[in-house]
Amino acid sequence: MSVNITQSLKNKKAEILELWMKNQLTDVGLRDDLISNEDLRTQSAELIGALVNNLNDQNINNAESADFDQLIEILGGISISRARRGFSPRETGNFLLSLKEALLEILKKESNDINELFEASLKLSRLMDSFTIITFETFIKGREEVILRQTDEITDISTPVIKVWDGILALPIIGTLDSARTQVVMENLLQAIVDTESSIAILDISGVPTVDSLVAQHLLKAVSATRLMGADCIISGIRPEIAQTIVHLGIDLSQIITKASLASALQYAFKSLKLEVRKAVQNKLVIQ
Amino acid sequence: MERIPILKMGWFLLVTIQIDLYDRLALDLEADLVKMVQKTGAKGVLIDISAVSIVDSFMGRILGNIAGMSKLLEAETVVVGMQPAVAITLVELGLPLKGVFTALNVEKGMELLNSIIVIDHDNSEDDDIDTD
Repeated sequence: MSVNITQSLKNKKAEILELWMKNQLTDVGLRDDLISNEDLRTQSAELIGALVNNLNDQNINNAESADFDQLIEILGGISISRARRGFSPRETGNFLLSLKEALLEILKKESNDINELFEASLKLSRLMDSFTIITFETFIKGREEVILRQTDEITDISTPVIKVWDGILALPIIGTLDSARTQVVMENLLQAIVDTESSIAILDISGVPTVDSLVAQHLLKAVSATRLMGADCIISGIRPEIAQTIVHLGIDLSQIITKASLASALQYAFKSLKLEVRKAVQNKLVIQ
Repeated sequence: MERIPILKMGWFLLVTIQIDLYDRLALDLEADLVKMVQKTGAKGVLIDISAVSIVDSFMGRILGNIAGMSKLLEAETVVVGMQPAVAITLVELGLPLKGVFTALNVEKGMELLNSIIVIDHDNSEDDDIDTD
């Protein structure tokens, strides 16, 4: 008696689902906090449907067959949504591997011929393994998308232009300055200068971990561009270590106004705008 | 032929560039402006480029040249209203326009000219024309 894998799997669809659900639910790593049992069952049923209905004797050896497009699409959707919800790779992998186990178990009941059973399970394993790999690829892609989006967000958030006074802008830079970020910083700063008609911009680099010649060059560019716009640029927040590095590297910042702290930069800005900050004299009540 | 008008305002010359400069026009402007500075004895040149959205290295050089030439004729140059994209382009081209004063807008540019130029009223306009 030869075992027809595809046919028997088709007949036992419900049984596979039960077995698979049992496997998943008994797994200690089940994340019922991230996905409800009903959702999991719907997902699983959909996946089994797509797998079993599209499986035939030809494409069982070829995971790239166009017959599996629907299945791969479902798998992709599941793994991307899992990546976003914060499932670990192990949990996502186990999802498919437990299906493989369920399928093999069903297969075991179909035939008693060891050779035949071995052949069939090898084929099935191979197919399921390549689906697992696809799942992982999509999972990682989903994760990468999350990271990419976060990087973009960080770049946007991390360059706020603050109006500290009428005509004075401050731009605290946090994190490493690379070419792409300098571009964003510069564009934001120059646009803010136009919008607010400010004549002084303070670039605060207390949050920049290291300054090498490249970062210094980027700073110089930003300063030159602000000057071209008709505003003055002050660099503040230079830490002692950074001052040491700058001098050791032989970077010439003498053309730029540099200040140790944001406070002294602000003071300088006030002075050049002819503003004065004074303590208010408290009016004492004189009781007669 | 197109020409960019040069307006005389007291001791200053005012140039407003309303169109994107092409090379010929820029060269003409340079020549006209220097002639005008010499003729009027202006002490300051104010160039408004707020409407210029495209700039190349040639334009950058012309601006630098105008400043250098005016300086020789005893006039300071202020470039006002540069757009952010233009500023970034000039910096990336390595043309930070050293020796040119800059201001955010015409108003501030005028203020700047008034503050950097000490007009000596004894030295009248006629003297300058005599040296022509």
